[in-house]
Amino acid sequence: MKCQRCEKPSTFHITEIIGEEIHEFHLCEDHAKEYMANVPPSDNTPPSTPDDSPFESSVQIQLPQSQDELEKLDQETCPICGISFYEFRQKGRFGCPYDYIHFQKELEPLLANIHGVFKHTGKRPKRMAQSSGKQTELISLRREMQQAIEKELYEKASQIRDRIRQLETS
Amino acid sequence: MNFDDLLRNPSSWLQGTGPEADVVISSRIRLARNLADFPFIRQCTHTDRKGIESQIKQQLLDQPFFAESTFIDVSELSKLERQLLVERQLISQELSKTEGARSVAIAKQEAFSLMINEEDHLRIQVMESGFNLKETWDRINELDDHLEERLTYAFHEKFGYLTACPTNVGTGMRVSVMLHLPALTMTDQVDKVFRSLQEINLVVRGLYGEGSQSMGDLFQISNQLTLGKTEEELLAQVKEVVTEIIAFERKAREHLLLERKRELSDRASRAIGILSSAHTITSEETMDLLSSLRMGIYLNLVTQMKIPDINRIFLETQPAHLQKIYGGELDTYDRNTERAQYLQRYLHKISRSSDSSQN
Repeated sequence: MKCQRCEKPSTFHITEIIGEEIHEFHLCEDHAKEYMANVPPSDNTPPSTPDDSPFESSVQIQLPQSQDELEKLDQETCPICGISFYEFRQKGRFGCPYDYIHFQKELEPLLANIHGVFKHTGKRPKRMAQSSGKQTELISLRREMQQAIEKELYEKASQIRDRIRQLETS
Repeated sequence: MNFDDLLRNPSSWLQGTGPEADVVISSRIRLARNLADFPFIRQCTHTDRKGIESQIKQQLLDQPFFAESTFIDVSELSKLERQLLVERQLISQELSKTEGARSVAIAKQEAFSLMINEEDHLRIQVMESGFNLKETWDRINELDDHLEERLTYAFHEKFGYLTACPTNVGTGMRVSVMLHLPALTMTDQVDKVFRSLQEINLVVRGLYGEGSQSMGDLFQISNQLTLGKTEEELLAQVKEVVTEIIAFERKAREHLLLERKRELSDRASRAIGILSSAHTITSEETMDLLSSLRMGIYLNLVTQMKIPDINRIFLETQPAHLQKIYGGELDTYDRNTERAQYLQRYLHKISRSSDSSQN
């Protein structure tokens, strides 16, 4: 199928549900990006993707914050993986498990919007991550090590590596 | 893995057996899981991706449930081989198309597949032929139990299993049932059915989840919400709705058989005519014709072909399978020619064997 706006093949199939009306768009990658960028301002977050089909059904994610609050919130970054709230909103994907804790307050209304509720009632792993602090520390240490290598701070990198190994085997 | 071995047999989900196989092609469940000590995929460095891959691989290899499974490095496969796995629904389009370290573990007889470094670190998938959600869930739940004994998943008391995308958080579970709904399509009732599904948070997709376009009257129905309900509740909801749709489709078939039998027979005969004599044919047209035949077989209007034939042709006429059988790459134009030749050979073989059985 061709893109509705140019001759390229359509790779994105967007279904927008507004009230009772269903609108379908079949667009190439470029026009899909343009379309996503032009969604009304109330539509703060890119549509989420159920399963593996991007942009298929657009779940409207409404953030309750005012414009000012949102601008401030956008600057906020996760201390573990370093992504900002803005980056999360742009791609609709989190950077690490700790984002759920760091942005918990903002997230709860958002999850309630998507799922209707925000309390898990299903299966839980039998073996819980008892030392979740340790797991999270590993994420940030690996990131620090990478940054140290990029800055050619090899001694620092090797110290971090030792600490990572220590945590991994403990 | 030897791709020729894969080709020798149709996928187990395409056996055409199992409960309600006249309407339900397959039942599938996938669980999204992430390791607690790595960032989600978008923040992963190459080293992280390698680390995730090796951690999962290491924990799996000596497990009894994993015996006779194959580990495939997807980044080393050719485009054609990746597409072959997509057509068999063993990997997603996303895993096939994205860059970077990624792999898939496939169990013997394609009983399950584990995608590593897709949107989440781990995507576990189990498929069954026919309408079989209970067994599919039991199998994937057991598999997940085995995995969590060895791997520490990212889990939060309140939010459940943590996933890269907030639409998967909680159970991380997507239940999908693939339905063949030719009679509802013919009687223009399919849209009405699907509109009512949206109100109860179920999603409808085409065959490979690529947008709303459906081919061959095949539709996938799955849950949209993943948080706040138990796995059993989510399964029960899909089961209840699918059971209703099955009854609805059967009723439409009965109605067509009563009111428009000649039209149905005509469609089926023409389908065989085109499939056995075309010189060039697209995969969309092939799927539409196979749809008429599939329904015709279940309504006893077609006797010279059986459901396993339909399923075999269905899989083997898709682009990557066709090229793999042909033994080389073909452009769209040549694929359509090759597909027509494959169909002529296949149908010729069937008509000869049915002639000789009559003598």
